Amino acid sequence: MSVGSYTERPTAEAGEKDGLSVPWSRPRPKRTGVSARPISALTLLALLAAWTVSAELQLVSPVFLPSPAAVWTKLVVVARDGFVDATLTQHVAASLWRVFAALIAAIGVGVPVGLAIGISKVGRGVFDPLLEFLRPIPPLAYLPLIVIWFGIGEPSKVLVIAIAMLAPVALSTAAGVRGVSRERIDAARSLGATRGQVVRHVVLPSALPSILTGLRIALGAGWSTLVAAELVAATRGLGFMIQSAAQFLVTDVVVMGILVIATIAFALEFVIRRIERALVPWAGRE
Amino acid sequence: MPHLTLDKVTVHYDGQPAPAVERVSLDVGKGDFVVLVGRSGCGKTSLLNVAAGLVEPARGRATIGGRPITAPGPDRAVVFQNDALFPWLTARENVAFTLRLRGVPADRRARRADELLKLVKLDNAGDKRIWELSGGMRQRVGLARALAAEPEFLLLDEPLGALDALTRERMQTTLLDLWTAAQVGVLMVTHGIEEALVLATRIVVLAPGPGHVVRTFETHFGRRYAAGEPIRAIKADPAFAAARADLTDAIFEGEAA
Ligand SMILES: Nc1ncnc2c1ncn2[C@@H]1O[C@H](COP(=O)(O)OP(=O)(O)OP(=O)(O)O)[C@@H](O)[C@H]1O
Ligand SMILES: [Mg+2]
Repeated sequence: MSVGSYTERPTAEAGEKDGLSVPWSRPRPKRTGVSARPISALTLLALLAAWTVSAELQLVSPVFLPSPAAVWTKLVVVARDGFVDATLTQHVAASLWRVFAALIAAIGVGVPVGLAIGISKVGRGVFDPLLEFLRPIPPLAYLPLIVIWFGIGEPSKVLVIAIAMLAPVALSTAAGVRGVSRERIDAARSLGATRGQVVRHVVLPSALPSILTGLRIALGAGWSTLVAAELVAATRGLGFMIQSAAQFLVTDVVVMGILVIATIAFALEFVIRRIERALVPWAGRE
Repeated sequence: MPHLTLDKVTVHYDGQPAPAVERVSLDVGKGDFVVLVGRSGCGKTSLLNVAAGLVEPARGRATIGGRPITAPGPDRAVVFQNDALFPWLTARENVAFTLRLRGVPADRRARRADELLKLVKLDNAGDKRIWELSGGMRQRVGLARALAAEPEFLLLDEPLGALDALTRERMQTTLLDLWTAAQVGVLMVTHGIEEALVLATRIVVLAPGPGHVVRTFETHFGRRYAAGEPIRAIKADPAFAAARADLTDAIFEGEAA
């Protein structure tokens, strides 16, 4: 070190020493990224631990909060022997069937409606107010009307769920359609595409990522509506199972049912994300 | 031979106080390579869109082979500023798009697409997805896709604008090769002065406020390349430097006005 070297900043530590954020401090290595996943896992574990402890110490009566062990036992028992005349598999199958039938109906109606909203002014004029009217109404409010109109059969249950799914599917489709780039449509037209061909070969595929997002939101809405749909004259289904259990204060079945729905919804979400990746690998890479 | 003609075309967009382009006339013959230059906003894209049939002129006429242009059509294939490719299709499917619209059987259109990809020197990229391609490759797919329509005219809106200088230079010769091979008339927009000189048989200089033609140059450097002279030799020719000075003057003259 030369005598004059005091004017030179010791590069390695200058930043810390004089406490200034100075340009001569070396760029620090990026902190190793903390990923969200382990944190989520920890949160879940902590929740489970709190649940176990409070049940163990009997902080609250089991009627209010059964222990995790009791819920697990119930799961095994109901899976084997059933609850209110149906096994767990049958309850799950009934609910899944309703949700998926509703989803198909919602796609069948919602995608064309969304296309109409996105493509034509007339379509927007007709369907936009209808959807905006329908969207905020809670399913429990229109449930009685549907029962009056269509009876208490299976179609009514599917319809209640489908109505809840309609707005997210249609509105996401419309948003996707409106987001299609002008140049892409012009390119297709200059390559000889008719109006119909533009819709089929350009608008629909361009809107597909948005449509799939709509389906994901719709499935969420569907599960939230399931319990309401199974309020009326159901003999099977997860929502029905939960309500019957609640009436007899069989709280462990209630909690078990909730967890089963959560698990299924989580699994479906995962599957849809997989489908998205396979079907629209270009999303976000343009 | 059909001509693509704009006759005293005025473009006035809805809701705009003044026209974007006023009384511009252009004529593109089948072997021509007409290049539009001029600063941003002087109406180059607007004129190209009129020729494409995507924008309707407020006054004046746009015709192809004497017939009025009323809608876009595959006789005037467009390559856009942003390539406007379809990311859900492979490169080959993009090129074959227009054939698919016409109902050409899958095997025949794949074969034709591969020929065109070869023409733009993308022999092995047929199965690639669009986002796997570089900017230059994408522009070449865009060109091949336009050529698949077997157009009489190619309308190119800054097709090389997004490319780096080296790729750009290589693509200029590719463009000239295609122009010679495909026997089309080209109407192209560019910001590059040298690019205009290298490619054009005619350069139309536009100035804004509202867009109008300030000068037209007949040039021959593109034809010299087509006749076999190397591009480097052409650019080294003193005549090239002189033409370049003239063109630059004309563009800045237009700006001063
Ligand atoms: N769709 C439109 N609606 C309204 N005004 C428009 C529209 N398209 C272009 N303009 C206006 O018309 C004028 C000419 O635009 P144009 O895109 O033709 O210019 P350009 O020469 O292609 O510019 P650039 O070199 O930046 O691409 C501009 O003032 C622009 O703002
Ligand atoms: Mg432009």
